[in-house]
Amino acid sequence: MSTPTPTNPQPGGHADPAENVENAIELKEVEGLSQGRIVLRRFLRHRGAMTAAVVLTGIVLLATTSIGWGPIPGWWQFNYRENLPIVNAGGAPTMSFDGGISIGDHPFGQDNIGKDVFALVMRGTQQSLLVMTIIGLVASTIGIVMGALAGYFRGRLDNLLMRFTDMIITIPIIMIGAILGVLVGGASPITLALALSFVTWTSMARLVRGEFLSLREREFVDAARVAGASSGRIMFKHMLPNAVGVIIVNATLLMASAILLETALSYLGFGITSPDVSLGNLINQYQTAFATRPWLFWWPGLFIVLIALCVNFIGDGLRDAFDPRQRKIPSQRKMAKG
Amino acid sequence: MTVLEFDHVTKVYSVRGAGQIKALDDVSFTLESGRTIGLVGQSGSGKSTIAKILTQLETPTSGQVRLDGQPIPRRGAGLRAYRQTLRMVFQDPFASLNPYHSIRYHLERPLRLDAVVPQAELEDEVRRLLHRVRLEPDAVIDRRPHELSGGQRQRVAIARALASRPRLLVADEPVSMLDVSLRLGVLNLLADLGRDEGLGVLYITHDLATARHFSDEILVLNQGQVVERGTADDVILRPQHPYTRELRAASPDPEKHFASLSGSHGGAR
Repeated sequence: MSTPTPTNPQPGGHADPAENVENAIELKEVEGLSQGRIVLRRFLRHRGAMTAAVVLTGIVLLATTSIGWGPIPGWWQFNYRENLPIVNAGGAPTMSFDGGISIGDHPFGQDNIGKDVFALVMRGTQQSLLVMTIIGLVASTIGIVMGALAGYFRGRLDNLLMRFTDMIITIPIIMIGAILGVLVGGASPITLALALSFVTWTSMARLVRGEFLSLREREFVDAARVAGASSGRIMFKHMLPNAVGVIIVNATLLMASAILLETALSYLGFGITSPDVSLGNLINQYQTAFATRPWLFWWPGLFIVLIALCVNFIGDGLRDAFDPRQRKIPSQRKMAKG
Repeated sequence: MTVLEFDHVTKVYSVRGAGQIKALDDVSFTLESGRTIGLVGQSGSGKSTIAKILTQLETPTSGQVRLDGQPIPRRGAGLRAYRQTLRMVFQDPFASLNPYHSIRYHLERPLRLDAVVPQAELEDEVRRLLHRVRLEPDAVIDRRPHELSGGQRQRVAIARALASRPRLLVADEPVSMLDVSLRLGVLNLLADLGRDEGLGVLYITHDLATARHFSDEILVLNQGQVVERGTADDVILRPQHPYTRELRAASPDPEKHFASLSGSHGGAR
C-alpha cells in the first residue's frame, strides 16, 4: 500500500485533516452514482481482489484456449488423451530457465506413459472450475432460500427446514459417494456438481438463517412492514442485501472446498473418472509417483491452491465492496496525505 | 375526519421461563385527526407495545382497535388500506432506514406501493416530500442513510411516513436518539406537519416537557396501565397520581434552570 494509485486525484485535499478529507473525497466520488457503480468502483480499488481476479481470469483463459473447449480446438499441440514418446528421461519437464526461457515440447513434463501433463492439468482445471462454479451457484441459492425462509418466518417452518438441514448434514457424503461410485461408476462433471450442490448448501442455510433472525428485528424491517411491503419483498429487497457480506464470504469458502470435495469423490470413483480428468483426480492418480515424478503432483496442486486462493481473495474484495458503511477505500488515506 | 379507537386493549406476552408478562392492561384512548395525544411513561411501561399494536406488528390479546368504527382487517387489501392511513416514525433513525438503499428508494417505495402518484410524477413527489421536511432535495436524494446526520435521517423517516398521505401518525420517541440541539427542530416540524395536514398524532415520549408542549391530551402509562389522563396542562401542572408526580419530579425543570442562569449571568438566554 505504499504506492498510492493515481486514480481520481483530488486537488485541495492535502491541507485538511485526513479523516475529513477522506470522507469528503468518498462523498464526492460516490455522488450521483448508482449502487452498482459504487460497488464496482470499490472492488476495482481492492488490490488483493483485483490481483486475484486477474490471475483467475488468466487461469480460465489459459485452460480454455490452450486445449480448446468442447469441439473448439485450442492452440496447444497435444491433447490430454494421447500417449506420446517420452522426451526427457522419466518424462521430466522440458521447461528450462538457464539462458532465457524455453518451454520445450512438454513444459510440465510427461507421465509414465507419455501423456502431456500440461494438457492434463489444463483439462483438469476446466473440469474443476466448472464443478466449482456450479456448486457455488446452486448450493448458495438453495442455502439462501432455505435460510431466508427459516429465519424470516421462524416458528414451525423454521423447525421443519432446520431439521431437514440437520438431516442433510448427517449424510456422510464420502460414504454415499463411494457406494454410488461402485453402483453407477463415474458421472459427468455437471451431474457431479449438481449432486454435490444438494448436500453442501447446509452451512449457507444456517448462516443466512442466523443473519435473518437478527435482521428481522431491525427497525427498518418493521418500517417496511408498517408501509405494507410483502414478505417476499422484505426478505429479498430489504434483508438480503444486508446479508450479502456473510453470503459472499461463505460462497467463496464453499467454492474453495468444492474443489477438494470433488477431489475426494473422484478418488472414490464417483465423480470424474479416467480418461477424463479433474485436478483432484490427477493428484490422486499420481500420488504414488510423488517420490519419482514430483511434477505430476506439483502442477495440479499448484493450480488447486491458486484457484482456491483467488476465489477467497475475490470474495474478500466483494464483501468489502458491498458494505455500504464502508467509507474507506484502500490507499485513499495515503493519497490524501500526499 | 378519521377516528381511531383503542378499546380496552390488553397484551400479554408469554416468556419462556418467566411466565406471562402483562405489557398492556386494559388501555383505551381515541386518536382523531387534527389532535395530538402524548403518551408518557418510563421504559417498559408499554408505550412501544401500543405503537406495535397500532401498526399491527402485534395483535392484542384482548380488546380491539377500530378505525372509524370498523375493526382492523388482519390481512390483505384491508390491512394495506389501514396501513396507508396510519404511519409510524421510529425511535432510532440509524436503524429505521435500510443502510443499503438510497433516500430516493426509501421515499419512492411507499409512493409506488400505495400508488399515491402516477409513475411520471414520482421524482417530483419525492422532491416535494424532502422539501416539506426541510431538506434540500439535491443534496440528499441520491445519498444513502449513513451519509446523513441523525437529524437529516429522522427527517427522511418523517418524509417516508408522510409519503402515502396518512391521516394518523405514530411517533415513537422520535427525538430521543437525536442530539439535543436538533430535537426542537424535528419536533416543531412534526407539529407543523400535523397542523397543516390535520394529522392525528400519537406522540410517545418519556419527556414531560415536550409532551406538554406538543400534545392536546396526555396519557400517563405505568406498568401497562393508564394511571392518569387529561389535558396537557392539567396532567403536567396539576398531577393527581403519585406516579405522575414522581415522573415530574424526576425530570429536570428547564425554566428553573434558566431562571438561575439568568440570575447569575445577566439574563442571557
